[in-house]
Amino acid sequence: MPLYGTALLAGCHLTGILLGELLGRALGVQANVGGVGIAMLLLIAVRFHGHKHGWLQVKSEEGVNYWAALYIPVVIAMAMQQNVVKALSGGPMVLLTAIATVTACAGCVSFINRREVITADEAPKN
Amino acid sequence: MNTLLQKLAVDNGLILSFAIVGLVVFCSGFLSRKLTFGRVQGSAIAILIGLTLAYVGGRMTSGSKGLADLAFFSGLALMGGNMLRDFAIVATAFEVQPTEAKRAGWIGAVALLIGTFLPFIIGVSIAYAFGYRDAISLTTIGAGTVTYIVGPVTGAAIGASSEVITLSIAVGVFKAILVMVTTPMLAKFMRLKTPRSAMVFGGLAGTVSGVSAGLAATDRSLVPYGALVATFHTGLGCLLAPSLLYFIVRALV
Repeated sequence: MPLYGTALLAGCHLTGILLGELLGRALGVQANVGGVGIAMLLLIAVRFHGHKHGWLQVKSEEGVNYWAALYIPVVIAMAMQQNVVKALSGGPMVLLTAIATVTACAGCVSFINRREVITADEAPKN
Repeated sequence: MNTLLQKLAVDNGLILSFAIVGLVVFCSGFLSRKLTFGRVQGSAIAILIGLTLAYVGGRMTSGSKGLADLAFFSGLALMGGNMLRDFAIVATAFEVQPTEAKRAGWIGAVALLIGTFLPFIIGVSIAYAFGYRDAISLTTIGAGTVTYIVGPVTGAAIGASSEVITLSIAVGVFKAILVMVTTPMLAKFMRLKTPRSAMVFGGLAGTVSGVSAGLAATDRSLVPYGALVATFHTGLGCLLAPSLLYFIVRALV
């Protein structure tokens, strides 16, 4: 049943966020430390276990895949509620800082990624 | 009639959002095929349309949540809010190949550290050039350059003025939007092709919203790898900025 998949996803999500909160408290930080990332790792582990022991059914996986497919629409809805007016009206310092940062980071990403050796089995992704 | 529609929209906010976003995606796909012959991805156009609508909404209401501040579109706040966004991001982890993620784990962590220090240094330097001299303001603006959540969290922790905190949020929000818009254009330059390259990008670009939208507009299959790293960004920033980074700045000025 697809609901089992969605419930599993919800379980991983909540556990991850909770662990992220606890990690934040333990470190004395007023923020969630990697909760979503932890939830993702949990889901990867659960899927691996389910496939290995055969308890995860294709029907249940549909309940996760549907939400993964909703990802782009959700991101578009997120774009629709960004505070664009404020971002554009921040004055020269705000614009300059953000542009300089994005440029420098893109340069760094490019520098690191140009060092990656692409083997035949992983080259064309799409 | 008008009040009837308004009531329908408010009572069914989330459902209306699905319909609106569906329409935007459909139009973007059409524009992508007919206008750019598939060269610009449909989702990139959809995100640009979304940001434009957010600008229009912000202008009309002078609120802080773009189009979602109009009562008619308030459901967008739920659909595009943190809860569903994070839920959908977690769901994409189902597509992750554990071997790929494991192999690139260390470089992702390195990218995450550079992605915290580099923006911070740039933010502090530019704030210094614009005349800020006290360690608290410099640190808060530098922290905002990491992500728009790290800025206010740090500012509140070390006691920055509300004016400086507002500035730090503005820097972070503008950076996130810039990442959303420029990632598809810079994808070739940044060599965004493999899971590993997406993890490097997720660590360096920061801001979950920027990374998630930027990768969505570039190559959907890379999203989970970038997001996996990027979600640690805010936590790491909130950990380092009010402590280690603040002490360094205080020692320097």
